[in-house]
This record gives sequence, C-alpha cells and structure tokens, in this order.
Amino acid sequence: MGVVGWLRWFWRQLSSMRTALFLLLLLALAAVPGSLVPQRSSDPNGVTQYFVDNPTLAPILDSVQMFSVYSSVWFSSIYLLLFISLVGCVIPRTKHHFDALRSAPPKTPARLERLGGFTTRQAEGDSSAILESARTILKKSGYRVRLFQDARSTSVSAERGYARETGNLVFHTALVGILVTVGIGGGFGYAGQRVVVEGQTFVNTLLAFDSFNPGRFFSDDTLAPFTLRLDKFDATYETKNLNAFGQPIDYSAHVTTAEDGKESDGEVKVNSPLKIGGSDVYLLGNGYAPTLTVKNAQGDVVFTDSVPFLPQDANLTSLGVIKITDGLPEQVGMIGFFYPTQDVGSNGAYFSSFPEAEYPVVTLNVYEGDLGLDKGVPTSVYSLATDKMTQLTGGKTGIDSIELKPGETAELPNGMGTVTLDGIKRFASFDIHRDPTQAWVLVFAILVLGGLLTSLFIPRRRVWVKLIENADGTGVTLEYAGLARGDDPRLDDAVAEIADKHIKSLPTPAGKTTTTNPGANTPDDA
Amino acid sequence: MMETLEQYSILLVYSAMAIYALAFISFALDLAKRSSQMKAAAAVAAPVTAELVGASVSGRGGAVAAPAAPAGAGDASGVDASRKRSVTLRIGVALTILGFLLQLVGVVLRGIAAGRVPWANMYEFSITGTLLIMAVFLVVLIREDLRFLGTFITGLVLILLGVSTVNYYVAVVPLPPALESAWLVIHVFVASLGTAFFALGGALSGIQLLQNRREASPKSRFLNFRLLDTLPDSVRLENLAYRINIVGFVFWTFTLIAGAVWAERAWGRYWGWDTKEVWTFIIWVIYAGYIHARATKGWRGSRSAWLALIGFAAVLFNFGVVNVFFKGLHAYSGL
Ligand code: HEM
Repeated sequence: MGVVGWLRWFWRQLSSMRTALFLLLLLALAAVPGSLVPQRSSDPNGVTQYFVDNPTLAPILDSVQMFSVYSSVWFSSIYLLLFISLVGCVIPRTKHHFDALRSAPPKTPARLERLGGFTTRQAEGDSSAILESARTILKKSGYRVRLFQDARSTSVSAERGYARETGNLVFHTALVGILVTVGIGGGFGYAGQRVVVEGQTFVNTLLAFDSFNPGRFFSDDTLAPFTLRLDKFDATYETKNLNAFGQPIDYSAHVTTAEDGKESDGEVKVNSPLKIGGSDVYLLGNGYAPTLTVKNAQGDVVFTDSVPFLPQDANLTSLGVIKITDGLPEQVGMIGFFYPTQDVGSNGAYFSSFPEAEYPVVTLNVYEGDLGLDKGVPTSVYSLATDKMTQLTGGKTGIDSIELKPGETAELPNGMGTVTLDGIKRFASFDIHRDPTQAWVLVFAILVLGGLLTSLFIPRRRVWVKLIENADGTGVTLEYAGLARGDDPRLDDAVAEIADKHIKSLPTPAGKTTTTNPGANTPDDA
Repeated sequence: MMETLEQYSILLVYSAMAIYALAFISFALDLAKRSSQMKAAAAVAAPVTAELVGASVSGRGGAVAAPAAPAGAGDASGVDASRKRSVTLRIGVALTILGFLLQLVGVVLRGIAAGRVPWANMYEFSITGTLLIMAVFLVVLIREDLRFLGTFITGLVLILLGVSTVNYYVAVVPLPPALESAWLVIHVFVASLGTAFFALGGALSGIQLLQNRREASPKSRFLNFRLLDTLPDSVRLENLAYRINIVGFVFWTFTLIAGAVWAERAWGRYWGWDTKEVWTFIIWVIYAGYIHARATKGWRGSRSAWLALIGFAAVLFNFGVVNVFFKGLHAYSGL
C-alpha cells in the first residue's frame, strides 16, 4: 500500500461512523477530569490552593495539563479529530443527498406484501383516473411521486421526508460552525475587569483596567471611547424572612455613561448587562470602600482615597490594604478590616452580622518599613508584603488596633500623625468585554436545534400504490405498502391513512379491506 | 400564611410519597403475579406449545413457551393471561395518578409560598423534577403500554423524593440576584423535562438489556425470566427507549443552549467550562454517542442500551453529586 493508499485508508477510517462514535465517547470521558481538578480558566485561586494542598501530586497533574484540560493538547486533539471526521462524513453525505434531492423515487418493488403496512383495497373505474388520484393525494401530502408500468401492473412510487437528511446535515454543519466561530471569534474580543467606587469614572482605555485579557487578534483601537461613572450602588438584603436573613435580593449599579459626547443614565444588574460602544458591561461583584485620610505630624494630608475592601464572607466582613509611600518618616502600610454591622463574638473577636452598613467599623493594623514598591515588580493593591516591615499595632504588638467609626480620627503610633475615616462608599466591580462573534454562535446553536428537531422527528419514508386489473374484469386491486428509512413508528398508520383517503377520493363506492400486514416495520438502513 | 402554605406543601409531598409506596407495592405484586402465571401456564402448555410454536422457537433452540415475538408485536407474546391487565396493575396506575395529583398540588403550593417558580434550589428541583418524571410516564401511558415500568418509576421517584426531603430540604428563601432571571424558569424546567424522559428511556434500556440476555440464552435461569416473557421483546424495547431518549436529548440540547444564553447574561460569557457546564456537556455527548450507536454496525442492541444507562447515570450524578460536592459558579443547591 503506497502513501496515497494509506492516506485514503486512514481517511476512510477516520470518517467512519465507528470512529465518530469512539471519538464522541472519548470526548465525554476526557471532559471528566476538568470537573474534578480546579481549572486555571475558571478557578485560578483553586489551582493555587491545590498546589498548596497537594505539593507532590500537583506538579505531576500540571505536566499533563490537568489544570487547563479544555485547552490541553490531548483534549484539543480529540475534538479536532472528531471535527475532521465530521467534515469527512458530512461532505460525501451532502453530495449524496444533493443527488437524491434531484432524482425521482425508485422503481416500485415487484412484491409489496412483505413491506411495511401492506394493505389492499378493491375499486372500480378508470385505471388511469384511480392512479392519478393516488398520485395527487401523495403529492399533496408532501411526497415526491413517479409513475411506473410493468406487464402486470401500474403503480405510483412516492418518497417523502428529505428534510430528515437535510436537518441532519444542517445539524452537523452547524456544529462545525460553532467550533470555528468560537475558535476564531474568541481571538477578536477582549475581556477586562475594573473596580469602580461610587463617584469614580472609568474611561475605556487599556490602562484603566485592573486586569485585561485580549484575544489573539485584538488591537487597541477596538476599545470604543466611552466613559462610565458609578453614581450609586444599591444593594437590598432580606430582613423579613428569618431563614434568609441578610441574603442579597437585588444589586443595582446606577451609572452615567458618555459616548461621543452624549451622556445618558443607565443601570447594570446581575442578569442584565449594559451595552455600550459594542461592549457589554456586567456587574460581577460589589463591596465597601471606606474613605480614609492620613495626615502627617505637621498636619499635611499624605493620603486620601476611597479604598475598595474585598468581601470575605456573606455579611461582607471585608479586607483592605492602604499603602503610604511618601510624606511620613518611613513607608507605612495598613491592613484594614471593615465590618458593615460590627458585632463582638464570645471570644472577643469582631465580626459582621449583617451586610448592610448599619454600624460600620474599620480596624487598622499599622506596619512600618519597606513596602517593596520601588523594585518595579508589580504588586497587588489588595495585599501587603509584611516580611520587611515592622508591625506597630494589633496582633502581638500589645498595642490595640486602630478602630474607627465614620467621622472619627485616631492617632497613628509613634506620633506619626492621624488617620480619619471620612465615610463609607460602595464599589462595584465590572466585567467589560466584547465578543464580536457571539451572535453567530447563537445563530449556529439555533441551527443545531432546528436541524436536530427536523432530523429526529420528520419521518423519511417511501410509499407505493400499485394497481392490478382483476383477472375476472370486475375492477382493480389496489396494493399499498411503505418502507421506513430510519426510525418511523407511524409507518403502518400512515400507509393505512393513505389507502383510506385514496379509496374515499374515488367516485365509486369504497371497496373493502382484504389483507393487512402490520408490524413489518423494519428500517432499511439498520 | 406563607409558612402554612409551605407546611401544606411538604405534607402533600409526604402524602404523595405514601401513595407512591402503595402504588409501588401494587406494581410489584403485578410483576410477581405475572411470573407465577407464566410458570403455571408454561407447565400446562409446554407439551403443546413445543409443537404449536415450534416454528418460531426452533431457531432459538428453546423449550420455553413462546420466546421473542417479531418486532412490533409488543406484549402479544406470552400467554393469554398476561394480556388482560391485572387488577393490581390497574390499582397501581390509579394510585400513581392519585399520588401525582397530590404531589402536583404540593409543588404548586410551594411555588405560591415562594412567590416564584418552584424549582430554584435542589429540594424544589427534586419535587418538580420527580413530578415531571411521573407526568411524562403517565402521558406516555396514553400512547404506549409501559405499565410494566410502574415499579421502576414509582421506586425511582420514591427514592429521589426520600433523599431530597431528608437531605435537601430548605425553607422558602428569596432568590439571590444571579437566579433572578426568566432563563431560570426556562432552563431549569426544560432540564427537568429532559431528565424525566431520560429516566423513562433508561428504564426501558435497562429492561432491554435483561431481555437481550434472556433471548440470547433462553434456558438460563438468569433473573426471573418467566416474568420477562410478559414484557415486550428486546427489539421493541430498544425502539421505545430510542424514541423516548431522543425526546430527552432534544430537551437537553435546548437546556445546554438556554444555559449558555443565561450564563452570557449573568456572568458575561456563554461558556466557561464551569463544573456544571462540563457535566451538562458530558451528558449531551454521551447521548449523542447513544444516537450514533444505533446507526453504527455492531452497536445496536445491548451496546447502545448500555450507553443510554451510562447517560442516565451521568444525569443522576450531575444532579446528586455535582450540585452538592463540586465547586463551581452554579451554587444554587440552596444547601
Ligand atoms: C461533534 C461530533 C458529533 C456530534 C455531536 C453528533 C451528533 C449527532 C446527533 C445528535 C445525531 C442525531 C440527530 C441527527 O440525525 O441529526 C447524529 C446523527 C448522525 N451522525 Fe453525528 N455527530 C457528530 C459527528 C458525526 C460524525 C463524525 C459522523 C460521521 C462519521 C456522523 C454521522 C452521523 C450520522 C450518519 C447520523 C444519522 C444517524 C441516524 O440516522 O440515526 N456524526 N449525530
């Protein structure tokens, strides 16, 4: 076998039904591990934690791409092979179907007795008129018809349900469509996240994002020039139903957007993104941003900002970090806790008992030393590296943490200055992204569903009506039978219906049924 | 007021369970009776049958009374006695209908008490899902005589209701913002409907496997084969299972698409390989495999039936295990 022969053999194997089945089952199996092990794409923190919990196992799993299963080489090869097989399968079938669509129904079999729903009727009258009537009825019921004549009989051969195969081909082709659009389309889009505090304005530029994931073919000028200001963030919590006390009921971010110089009011809610400049703005999360002002010993303001604190639990106990680089004798970092409704546990520890800011309290642990910001290494604004710093309040220092209610001012340790809690604001975190091919994916998905319905529930069948002149010259015997092509539970009924309808349509009184053969309903392509 | 409605609801669910238990017993008695009748009939008819149905039996080399009937003949095989529906069978169906009605009212009351659709957490999903299993079973009965599945269906629903009332019960609570969506109504409802069809299809495929075994070796004493004589033959079971499973598959396809649309609205991406999405996908692919298997040489019959069973096992796993123990965005179990 030469290279060409071998390739041809390989191609035939790949596009065989058996291979398709095997690859489908393999795909199902290969998708399983991704649900057992955290994935980088959907749960990056989970992956980090997994490495901490399973220090020996994790690197081994990582080496076989277990933390990014759905973009791994092995998962990708399975579905790519499957789709190559799919194309190899669909192309010849499309051609075959195209031919079938243009060709007439096949010749009537010599013996109909053994076929599905076989039944006979007697009739009298002009043979060609009788046959013509059968032809009309079948045509009206959506059959493609053709007349045949042999020595003993004349007959109508009819076939319907070509849409079954069309639906099947549309279904499979639309699957390819989805894969291709997802594969290519993802490359043109982008997704970025940004935390916005009440009163702040976000400008849609690359630098304004807290994190940004561009697609492969993304270019900066895709970012539409718009701005979005968070005017107010409303959160409603359950207070009546004690089984769900404090559970969130509604989040609404009231925003003002500006695009091409036009301002307009808008709202972003959890299940209803805001569309602007070809992008969608989603509400991902929310929390509190206490406004803090720090003055040095001379009374100059060295820091003032609303700092987003990240929620740690359902009652929004939140954790935040303040970094003061200049203006104090040394660099100062503070780790703060925010309790919207502060309460004290039996062990003396603070906690929050309700997510709304009913009795808000901020506590601060102050650190002094090197913030580690000067080395040019990017550091998170939400964490403080304390290894090169000295703790001045809280913990083991013996000095109480600073504790502030809105409007209160406290002294910083060592007479460094003061810190004031000016107020509490809300923040919202937005996911802003653009996927230009999303609509196409939906179109293909609808084609998948439509093709599926057509191909599963439209019966494809052949029906024959055969007319034989009775030997004694008293009239004609009509034979009816059908053949299912694919699953067709109603074949027998359909043949009987056609027979009845036909007899009723004839001018002479209806003949009587003589034979029936129910049950011979065997698909021919099994 | 709302709390009493909630209590009435759970009371009705408990009553429905009691009625289903009685229905289960009736169906089981019917099965037992069938097999004893078969035994008696076989004893009487054996010498005669050997001759009468010799033609159809010879190919299978069996001495047992009338084995598999030709495709489509349904339960016309077996003995006369089994054709008439026994009293216990009819009682079973009547009790099932009664239980269904009680459960229906219970589910509706739960919805009224919550002021929204009653399928927003695992407990509610269970009571609505099992209600749909029953509904699909009863509706299919109008067109196909699947009464012999009564034991399985009432048994399955009883177990599911038992597990969920004990383990998943939560009082009515308002929906978190992520679940406030018309898509919840559509997506979850259609998923339950799909599950209901898969359950029925799975049951048929299971019996088909037993029937296949028996037909392959009619002499073996494997399981109560006399009972199987009164049930449709494997080819007919396979066709029935296929027709029901493809309906389930269409609903599942819709669930997948509706879920993606909802995910796009809620999370800003239509697909993210979240654990629940992964399992919905796996189930979909398994059933696609099942449908292919029926059209693949050498895979019709038992092999495709196994795929249907694996598919249904994955559905149960997705609901019972993934919801509760796997971490993901779909944290809607309410536990
Ligand atoms: C992504 C992979 C695939 C999926 C998800 C898939 C899914 C399906 C589904 C759901 C059906 C039943 C509905 C219908 O007839 O339209 C079907 C039927 C069919 N598929 Fe696929 N398929 C895939 C790949 C393939 C491949 C690679 C082949 C060819 C080797 C193939 C050949 C067929 C054929 C011949 C049928 C008709 C079966 C029948 O008449 O019962 N499919 N497929």
